[in-house]
Formats: sequence, structure tokens, C-alpha cells
Amino acid sequence: MTKPRTIIEKIWDSHVVSQQPGAPALLYIDLHLVHEVTSPQAFDGLRRRGLKVRRPDLTIATTDHSTPTTPRGLPIVDKVAAAQVEQLEANCREFGIRCYGLSSDKQGIVHVMGPEQGLTQPGMTVVCGDSHTATHGAFGALAFGIGTSQVEHVLATQCLLQTPSKTFAVRVDGSLKPGVTAKDIILNLLSRIGIGGATGCVIEYSGSAIRALSMEERMTVCNMSIEGGARAGLISPDDTTYQYVSGRPFAPKGAEFDAAVALWKTLPTDEGATFDREISIDASALEPMITFGTNPGMGISISAPVPDPGGIADPLERETLKKALHYMDLPSGKPLLGHSVNVVFIGSCTNSRISDLRAAAQVFKGRKVNPNVRVMVVPGSQQVKAQAQAEGLDKIFRDAGADWREAGCSMCIAMNGDQLQPGEYSVSTSNRNFEGRQGKGGRTFLASPLTAAASAVTGVITDVRTLL
Amino acid sequence: MRITGKTVVFPVDNIDTDQIIPARFLKTISKAGLGDQLFYDWRYEANGAPKPDFILNADSAKGAEILVAGANFGCGSSREHAPWALTQFGFKAVVSTSFADIFKGNALKNGLLPVIVPPAVHAALIQAPGVVVTIDLASQTLTMPDGTSTQFPIDAFAKHCLLEGVDELGYLLKQDAAIAAYESRRVGSVNTLA
Repeated sequence: MTKPRTIIEKIWDSHVVSQQPGAPALLYIDLHLVHEVTSPQAFDGLRRRGLKVRRPDLTIATTDHSTPTTPRGLPIVDKVAAAQVEQLEANCREFGIRCYGLSSDKQGIVHVMGPEQGLTQPGMTVVCGDSHTATHGAFGALAFGIGTSQVEHVLATQCLLQTPSKTFAVRVDGSLKPGVTAKDIILNLLSRIGIGGATGCVIEYSGSAIRALSMEERMTVCNMSIEGGARAGLISPDDTTYQYVSGRPFAPKGAEFDAAVALWKTLPTDEGATFDREISIDASALEPMITFGTNPGMGISISAPVPDPGGIADPLERETLKKALHYMDLPSGKPLLGHSVNVVFIGSCTNSRISDLRAAAQVFKGRKVNPNVRVMVVPGSQQVKAQAQAEGLDKIFRDAGADWREAGCSMCIAMNGDQLQPGEYSVSTSNRNFEGRQGKGGRTFLASPLTAAASAVTGVITDVRTLL
Repeated sequence: MRITGKTVVFPVDNIDTDQIIPARFLKTISKAGLGDQLFYDWRYEANGAPKPDFILNADSAKGAEILVAGANFGCGSSREHAPWALTQFGFKAVVSTSFADIFKGNALKNGLLPVIVPPAVHAALIQAPGVVVTIDLASQTLTMPDGTSTQFPIDAFAKHCLLEGVDELGYLLKQDAAIAAYESRRVGSVNTLA
């Protein structure tokens, strides 16, 4: 009988190309996703050395970060951004890589596009020059973000030098209450372990509450693994996974699909496998979550008071919290409920898929955005946009007074002109509330699409359960 | 690789890569010119004037090659622009009690040493900003002005590459036969998108 293994170890073991003494393992990469921001210097490196892309068939690009969300017919006003987007398309042409560029109906945020095209499949290793690559872990793939040097390594060799991470089991059992979502699960975990709490680890999310989540909800959970410092986060595949993958453009077809499922069924963590760390969360005890500070670990239940720095013993931690509350211009000791909001952003690789838009639309339907609030709804991809329009969701958003945009990262990273003004407060469905993340001087409260939509309607931070 | 240099102390935990270099500077397609954008929004007023109270703008920070920062330095985005900006500004090492994984890997690929020290040594460095310390990669030691030294951990392969001048991509390219053998073992694998 072989030693029981976690899914993390199984994927690792099947992708080790070689292991030289004194060197990290050579790990094979099944899928390399590329976008405009972290790739140009890597392509330059290939040109300098006269190298080709080893596996253009396993490499796929799209444009998302610098990409405007204004109507696609318009030119990119920002010349620097325009040059970057053009450079991606030129690099892809030169090196023979498929690129879903601005004019493609498959363009979108790289972590929305990959899964919806069926590129992401269980058991794969997936990398991208982007820290939110953990999103793809929702399929039972080992997916992690890399820097530009490593983008060059993968382009040239389809391999990376890697050392195994520690394993961290996050078990979430019980049933979520109405108004509480996948986003609240991950924000709750982050509030427990902190922004560095999973550094050096790969997380496996398990338990009945995780099993009950749809694939899109699982992507929301895995997406924010990096916000706890985890290298990756994944979920063992099950029927929900196989059903989602089935029939997508890049998914195996017919007998090949059946063979794939048979293989995928060997992936889940074995009974008796052990993890380096474990934590349990009771889903039924969760409330909607919201962040109050300047990192995603600074989160609270929506009715809970903002913590008091005076109660923290460690001096550096106390200073960090004080600095965060100063930046956010928030008092401690009071809940955020009722705090006024200037902007609501619904989008990003965390929460821009069709189910996120449906959830937001459910709150906006028959209601109006508060006149003091500017609302941007940014679909994750052209495919999501088309689906939303087919369902009439765009009309619900527009009738409510929200702005319905083209697909991209948009105000999550504020590189494309979509941004907060200094001092503005935003409730955002994205993944980072760092200082200036959504625009210099802007202040971000991270929350679920339901909480964001509810706050858009009332103009203040709101418990969505009062509107459902 | 041995660095003897002055420290500048920035004792804030969880300094994320959005602070090290804000995202709006990532629209460049080059690696050059990022040193001026290091910590931009903490370093400059809206009109571009240096903020007098920011540590890197102080006279005492001029010529500092070693940044002493709080825990979990480099968390957040995977942007390699962060170590590019730090090295172009003139830093050769960052000393902290912990680093985010992706940043640590990116730093080592650019010759920027992520030096992890115990809390007591970290506290001593914070108490004495501007001291000259020596960081020696071969012996993995950080030596304080009083001569006391501390061992720090570092990835063995990255150390080998830095000390021997091994180019990591060159090393990977030499594994071509092993990679080809792996690929031929997996022909027809369900994970192939071809």
C-alpha cells in the first residue's frame, strides 16, 4: 500500500521532469497564460538569446490589465498602455502564440478566460505572470503566479525550477446562510490567518461547504489564496468540476473526455493523507464580511466593530493597524455599517463571472443606485458580457444607474484609467485594498457582489440581508 | 557576494508590491527607469515634490544599500518590477523577519538578497538606523558594527547561481533532453491542449 497523498503531492509528483542533486525539481508546466503587463520583458529576453517558444500550443495570451473598458471601437487614449497592448499582439504573432486580443470575442481577464474556454483542467500545472493564478486551483490544478524571469523560463523551456511548498488544509463545513457567499468564506479565512498566514504553503480547501459551491464560487475562494501569502490554493475535483469542463472549447471530447474524467477521479486527496497545517471554519456561523484596512487580512463581519490598535500588544502590528486606519480615515471601535460610499466596483478576477453579475443584478432589480454613488460593473470577459446581455442583466444595471463596461481588470488595479479619486471610498468586489491600489489616495472596502450592490443602492455600507 | 553598506530603516509590516512600485508604472515594456518610481506614492507629493517626512528622502538615506523593513515584505502582486525598482534605486539587500514567496524568488533572480533575520536582530537594526553592516552570501551571515554576526537562510540553488554566475535559464536550457523525454512520455496525455 502506497503512502496516502494529497492532491498537491499527486500533481507535483506527476510533473517532475527531473530532480538533480543540489537543485530544485524541474517542474513541467501544462498551461502558460500570458498577459500584456508581465510578458514584454520576457519576450525581449527570448529575442536577445535567439530562442523560440518551446510549446506555443500550451501558451495562450489575452489582454486585460492595461485594457480600457470603454467601447472597443475607440482607440486607447493612454499611449503607453496602447503600446503595451500592441506589443503583446506583436509578440504573439512573432512567436506563434494564440492571442485573444482586444478585437476577440474571447478576450477577458486571464483568470476568467482560461476556465471558460476549458483551458484549465484538473491535474494540470498552470502558471501566469500574475499572483491571482491560484484561481485555476478551483479545478484541482496546481496553479501559481510567477515573475517575469520565470515567464521567460516557461516560454523557453515549458519548465520551472521549483521546490515543494508546505501543505495547508482549510476545511469549511456547514451551510452558508442567505446573503453569505464564497467571497465571505475567503475574507473570513484571511481575517483569521492574516496576510502572511499561509506564506510558503499550498492550500487545499475541503469540507461540505466547499463541495456545495459552484465552480465560479470555488474560483472566488481559490483566487484570494495569495492574499494569505499562499503559493496556490486548490480544490479536489468532483462532478461539479467535470460538468463545468465538459463541452468547453478546449476540453477533451467524447471518449477522450471519459478517459480524462477517469484520470481526474484519481486526483482527490487520499483518505489518511496528512497536511503540514490545518484550520477549520464553520460556514453556518459566517456573516457577510468586509475589510476595513489596507490589506485583505484586515476584515470583519459586517456588523462587527473596527478593531482598536490599543488592544494590540506587538508594537509593529499596532503601528501597522494605526497606519491603516489613518489611511482609511476610520475610527476604531465602531462598525462600518452606515459609512458613506462614493464608488462601487463590481468586477475583477475574483468576482466578475456571470453568477457574480446575477447576484448583483438581483439586488439592483427594481432599485436605483444612490445619487451620490458612481457604480461600475465590469464583466470578466467578452463571453461573460455576452451572456449577461442575453439575460438582460445589462439593462438591470443601466436602469438602476450603474455603468456597464467592456471586459478587463479595470478598477481592481487601476492601470487603465478606471480609478478612484484621492479620498474616495469604494466598496469593491476585487481582491486588494492596498493603499492606492484602486487609484492614488483611494480607499477600498472589499466585499461580495451582494454587499457591493446593496451599498450602491443605499449609498452607505449595508448588510445585504436587509434588502433580500 | 559581499555587501558592506549603510542601512535605511522602514519598519512597516506587509509592505506590498503596489507600494514598492504602483501599478500605473507597469505599463512600460522595458525594465529601465524604474528606480525613480520606487515607493512613488509614499515618496512624492501629488505635484511631484519629495515628501520631506518619507525616509528615503532623508539625507541619512543617501547611498544606503540595505533596506531594513517589516515582516512579510513584498506581499501581493507578482510584479518583478518591484525588485527591478529596488535594485535600480541602489538597494542590494532587503532585511526583514519574513518575505512573501513570489517576491523572494523574483529578488534572487535579480541579485537582490532577501535576508531573513531573527526578531532580536531585526529589532536591533531598527533601533540603529544608518549603521553599516556586512552581508556575506557565501557564509550566509549578516555582521553588525559590533562584530556580532547572524546566520540567515537562503535558497541553496539561488545562492549557487549568484556565487558562480550561473544563468538560470541557461541551466534550464541544458535540461532539454530530459524535458523532451518527459514530453514524449506524456504524448496523448489528456492534459495536452494541442
